[in-house]
Amino acid sequence: MSESGEESAHREIERVARESYGRMVAYLCSHTRDVASAEDALSNALVSALSAWPRDGVPQNPEAWLLTAARHSLIDHVRHQQVAEASEPTLLLLRGEPREVPLSPEFPDERLKLLFVCTHPAVDPAIHTPLMLQTVLGLDAVRIAHAFLISPTTMGQRLVRAKVKIRDAGIQFEVPQERELPQRLDAVLEAIYAAFGIGWDDMAGVDQRGRDLTEEAEWLARVLLQLMPGEAEVLGLLALMLHCEARRAARRGPDGRYIPLSEQDTQQWSLPLIEEAERYLAEASKQGRPGRFQLEAAIQSVHAERARSGRTEWVAITMFYEQLLRLSPTLGTRTGYAAAAGEAVGPEAGLAVLDGIELEAVSNYQPYWAVRAHLLQRLGKAAEAADAFDRAIGLAEDPAVRQFLFQRRA
Amino acid sequence: MQFALLIFESPEAFAARNADETDPYLGAWRAYHKAIVEAGIFVGGNPLQPPETGTTVRLKEGKRHVQDGPFADTKEQLGGFTILELPSLDAALEWAARCPAASHGAVEVRPVSPEYLRRVTG
Repeated sequence: MSESGEESAHREIERVARESYGRMVAYLCSHTRDVASAEDALSNALVSALSAWPRDGVPQNPEAWLLTAARHSLIDHVRHQQVAEASEPTLLLLRGEPREVPLSPEFPDERLKLLFVCTHPAVDPAIHTPLMLQTVLGLDAVRIAHAFLISPTTMGQRLVRAKVKIRDAGIQFEVPQERELPQRLDAVLEAIYAAFGIGWDDMAGVDQRGRDLTEEAEWLARVLLQLMPGEAEVLGLLALMLHCEARRAARRGPDGRYIPLSEQDTQQWSLPLIEEAERYLAEASKQGRPGRFQLEAAIQSVHAERARSGRTEWVAITMFYEQLLRLSPTLGTRTGYAAAAGEAVGPEAGLAVLDGIELEAVSNYQPYWAVRAHLLQRLGKAAEAADAFDRAIGLAEDPAVRQFLFQRRA
Repeated sequence: MQFALLIFESPEAFAARNADETDPYLGAWRAYHKAIVEAGIFVGGNPLQPPETGTTVRLKEGKRHVQDGPFADTKEQLGGFTILELPSLDAALEWAARCPAASHGAVEVRPVSPEYLRRVTG
């Protein structure tokens, strides 16, 4: 076979692996509930494809070919397992399936079920996002570990443990009932948002962790919207992420310097992304079911308005924060509210909000100190401000943010 | 549980120690130190003099071998250590990432070994 034929076979394998990984894993494990075996079987199938496709040509329906190969690998694996007891349920489940994978690309899309399984309350919440990134998008443990600042070995072990739990705890592959859907959906959205990894505190500092996963998170949110079209909070989450994404280019100066939201050049914001975000937000608000992500997106929408009007409506932002506090009184929300109140009413008002937060909760929380420093400085309390700046600098991870805060303190 | 943050610094970072009070690296260290003290996790630690002040001793077949300079000849050298009291490695990695040396060199995180200390001290 010519080299170009081999190259095109490899390209096709890469394409299928990238585009259909999650769909294939979800399909393979939806009956067996064994995520790890499904992933292994799929990687075996991909390895077989690497030798078969350049030789025999790319099959007409690559996904069906891979699924068939993966199912054979799964059955072999189960037969070879030494512990018959453990494998019996899997064999039974496999036997209950249709013998052949339908030879159309229209095999059922079980990714939504997989998303709900990954974020099931029986699974440790800390592993929800990594599990989702691995099973639905096929990211490897090393890359996930980097983003989460965990050692790759530990991340690998936690992922394995979570998959064993899913298999052995009898977690059902199904979309939750109406009654428990809002709460369960919240866990899915939460996990996607954690991958996005952008904090709330554009004011003075951002949590950089997970930054390289923003595109993956956006993709997950789009997959979710495709699976649950019109769901208000899914639309809200996507709108929120697109608003943040729209400002990416404006967040850094040409020299890599950190630029806070209030000083960003709105010319550098991406209008198409802002418009897309606004469309989703408008569609969500038609449903009349407000939620945390819609409110957070609404706050970003007010900020985005500055591109047109040249000013920020801090009163509107404060009102959205007040609604948000009722739904989700997290440390991030309270700090964001303090910053907004500081602008809308005055620095004393902002400080009063911050003073209402227990000190213990913030010894590790950078944005609190950055906002506090900013408010104290506006009140002319230089010594106290310098102290808060030090805490914010000491807790910052990003050197550019550290540099920015140093300059503010001086 | 105690973790040691082993601070590996580049020659530039070592040189920055002679800079004046306005040096940003020094400022970042002051802020970081304040943050770990205020968070109540600081156990102890010390900076070390630059690597060229090190002297390495080995005993080979009963003979002393004394070598000028640090044990390992690498670009980034051990510049100090900080001991922190933290619940987990995850928490220690989080604090290591905030350490100013993490963006100028590297920070190795290792658990302190009280078990071995007990065997040594008896």
